Amino acid sequence: MDTVLQQLINGLSLGAIYALIALGYTMVYGVLRLINFAHGDVYMLGAFAGYFLANALDLDASPSIAGAIVVTLGAMAICGVIGVLIERLAYRPVRHHSRLTALITAIGVSLLLEYGGQVVFGANPRFFPQMIRAEVYSVGGVQITNQNLLIIVVAIVVMFGLQFIVHRTRIGKAMRATSFNLSVAKLMGINTDYVIAFTFALGSALAAVGGVMVALAIPRIDPLMGLMTGLKAFVAAVLGGIGNIPGAMIGGVLIGLLETWLGATAYSTYRDAAAFAVLILILLFRPAGIMGTATVEKV
Amino acid sequence: MADTVLETRAVTKRFGGLTAVKTLTMQVERGALYGLIGPNGAGKTTVFNLLTGVYDPTDGDMLFQGARIEGRKPHEITRLGIARTFQNIRLFPDLSVVENVMAARHLRSRQTFADAVLGTSRHHHEEQEIRARSMALLELFDLQRFADETAVSLPYGSQRRLEIARALATDPQLLLLDEPAAGMNPQEARDLMRVIRRLRDEFALTILLVEHNMKVVMGVCETVHVIDYGETIAIGPPAEIQKNPKVIEAYLGGA
Amino acid sequence: MRVTTKLLATAATIGLLLGLNYLFEHGFGDFRINAYYARILNLIGINITLAVSLNLINGLAGQFSIGHAGFMAVGGYSATFVTVYYGSAIAGLFGSSLDEPAGAAVVMLVSLVTGAAAAALAGLAVGIPSLRLRGDYLAIVTLGFSEIIRVIILNIPAVGGATGFTAAIPITNFFWIFAVAILTIVIVRNIAASTFGRVLATIRGDEIAAEAMGISTTRYKVLAFVISAALAGVAGGLSGQLFANPLNPQNLNFVRSIEIIVMIVIGGIGSISGAVFGATALTIMPEALRRLDQQFPGLRMVTYALLLILMMIFRPQGLFGRRELGWAWLRRRGPAAPAAAIK
Repeated sequence: MDTVLQQLINGLSLGAIYALIALGYTMVYGVLRLINFAHGDVYMLGAFAGYFLANALDLDASPSIAGAIVVTLGAMAICGVIGVLIERLAYRPVRHHSRLTALITAIGVSLLLEYGGQVVFGANPRFFPQMIRAEVYSVGGVQITNQNLLIIVVAIVVMFGLQFIVHRTRIGKAMRATSFNLSVAKLMGINTDYVIAFTFALGSALAAVGGVMVALAIPRIDPLMGLMTGLKAFVAAVLGGIGNIPGAMIGGVLIGLLETWLGATAYSTYRDAAAFAVLILILLFRPAGIMGTATVEKV
Repeated sequence: MADTVLETRAVTKRFGGLTAVKTLTMQVERGALYGLIGPNGAGKTTVFNLLTGVYDPTDGDMLFQGARIEGRKPHEITRLGIARTFQNIRLFPDLSVVENVMAARHLRSRQTFADAVLGTSRHHHEEQEIRARSMALLELFDLQRFADETAVSLPYGSQRRLEIARALATDPQLLLLDEPAAGMNPQEARDLMRVIRRLRDEFALTILLVEHNMKVVMGVCETVHVIDYGETIAIGPPAEIQKNPKVIEAYLGGA
Repeated sequence: MRVTTKLLATAATIGLLLGLNYLFEHGFGDFRINAYYARILNLIGINITLAVSLNLINGLAGQFSIGHAGFMAVGGYSATFVTVYYGSAIAGLFGSSLDEPAGAAVVMLVSLVTGAAAAALAGLAVGIPSLRLRGDYLAIVTLGFSEIIRVIILNIPAVGGATGFTAAIPITNFFWIFAVAILTIVIVRNIAASTFGRVLATIRGDEIAAEAMGISTTRYKVLAFVISAALAGVAGGLSGQLFANPLNPQNLNFVRSIEIIVMIVIGGIGSISGAVFGATALTIMPEALRRLDQQFPGLRMVTYALLLILMMIFRPQGLFGRRELGWAWLRRRGPAAPAAAIK
């Protein structure tokens, strides 16, 4: 029973990270019908941005909650800008080309960030400073680290914030309108270029939170860390129903739980392949995902 | 009785809460020029999609030359002998005019894949035959001089004629034309009417036509089937339909 | 008459390749080909097979697959497995051994056929469920299958696991590599110039219209996928049994698949000559950049990435678009060529 609860906590915390990244995928897909392959690498950049900020604030020597907040907000801002730049420089020029062209471009940007990161930061992993003194709480035989707790709490807060933005603000309404039908949204006077840029900024900021949070728990960061994590977060978005925001959250948690559970069994070497197996199964049997609605093509 | 080529029996199609086609019963005799008309949104293209296997009926049967066709895939139905054109033109963009037609000859091809890969004489002979037949079809529609041009570069009216030529390449017995006169000027529409009659007379085809252009419908069709909101409201020769009060009401609205 | 010309051409090509192979291995008088350049030439040949076979499914059939490395892996490992564990026995059946050219040739043939068959089966297994998906989703699913294949191979000790299939016996040579490359080009060109090529063009153009014209889109998509996978498998078998170049799951990953995609994107998706050009260019280029890449690890991939992005923005149809350049035979009766096919 204890191990089950332990796995649950670990799984939820991992799932929270996947959820934060999945949200970016799902929002961009919603407005542009584009799989932003480079999104996982924005998460990586968030971790690195946090790394440099935390070191600048010398948090290793004097950890503090305030410092951690500043680092997170800083990383969010930096990644928000990066996201907007990626959209403006790489995706907008190909927006009216075929979707395949856009996908290839996205793959290109992803590789650019990963290996560019290797060139700039070096291929060797770096170690994220401890922003907060680690503490472990023992609750009924289960070890909960304060990092796990923080990740889950931060993720929940962020998601509530996102729901607020999407459903209670004008820009959120514009986002929803654009994701229903871009051309019509344009005709209704919505500045779709601005909405798309905002969507990228928002998604990238969330990925940055994920990057900083993950570095809290697993301080080892390297330029290629975004690839697998990003792909699994994408699977989470599809599982929940691509384009659907609550779906991304649910999908993230489910993938996190699945992976943690598998890691504890004899099949742990197949852990990475598990997410792909899930993807294949969903796309075959319920492509709309858990929360999605199927669309019919007009003949 | 005469040879019934196509028959539907109480065919119904529901999309969730919306009933697009309601208990449609229709009989088309061999060699008929059968028109399906109705106001916008009446369900005409849905009927075509049902007949060609794009949708499966929620209820009811469809028979083509005595054989049941509901539940069959589109390519199987075309193989059986039903060909169609589309309301929004769907030519193959990467292929030339003649290649669009040649592509539609494929289902009658007898060469195997190995023939093509090895380049056997059977492959070469069939290629020549396919091209010859396709050019002949293009000549029928006066499109032969555009043979090697990109299909989508043709003017709109020619594209529509090309779609019909392409459908004919599948050697059908029943031809479904979805708004063939759309976007045509009166002269083009008259030419189209002549072509349709020729197709029936020279190719022994049965033709089922969805059309909004009333001149074409009343001028070409021998039987007119009117539907509104998915339901049949009248079937009969053009003269009768024109005077039918229910039909007039459907098109012009009630009192 | 056509048959005799074809047989003559085939015999002449084989003779030419055998001759070149001899030159390759034994030199001519005092002239010997530099081992480094020889290796590059061999890699070009293998990449040509990979690029042209990928073009069959991505370019001709218009189905975006980014899992080619997976089929290369399945074919490569199966082929190498046969040679390693059954090679001597097979050579023995013909009264020869693996060290003699005759024995090695027979074993190579058996090994490549096995690789092709295994990869074809994998192609069937992946293709049937995946090919009903559109565009982006198909791409991700093929990526997924390729990763799953990689992870499975990683867990098979009999083929070396994470250290790679180092037990491989190097029986690949110039002859086999280029015989396969030429065969691949011929097969794909003949498909493209036939009614089946038109069928593939209809599938990539408008699947609904294709079905309405009596074409079973599923059947032909799967067929193209299986053939493409089989050829990739043969390339894998050639690659894994090339001197000092063992198969390794770490190398047969997503990045490898992308490298092949870059080759056909640069040349022009849908063009065989484009694929040949892209394969050649992208084999030579990393070698040329090798020293730079050693100083700044990752620079090679950064160049690829920039190449991809810039090509997609400024010339998405690649160098040749869908056209064929060079030999008239290649160009005869291909599909009509509008300029920006990928746009």
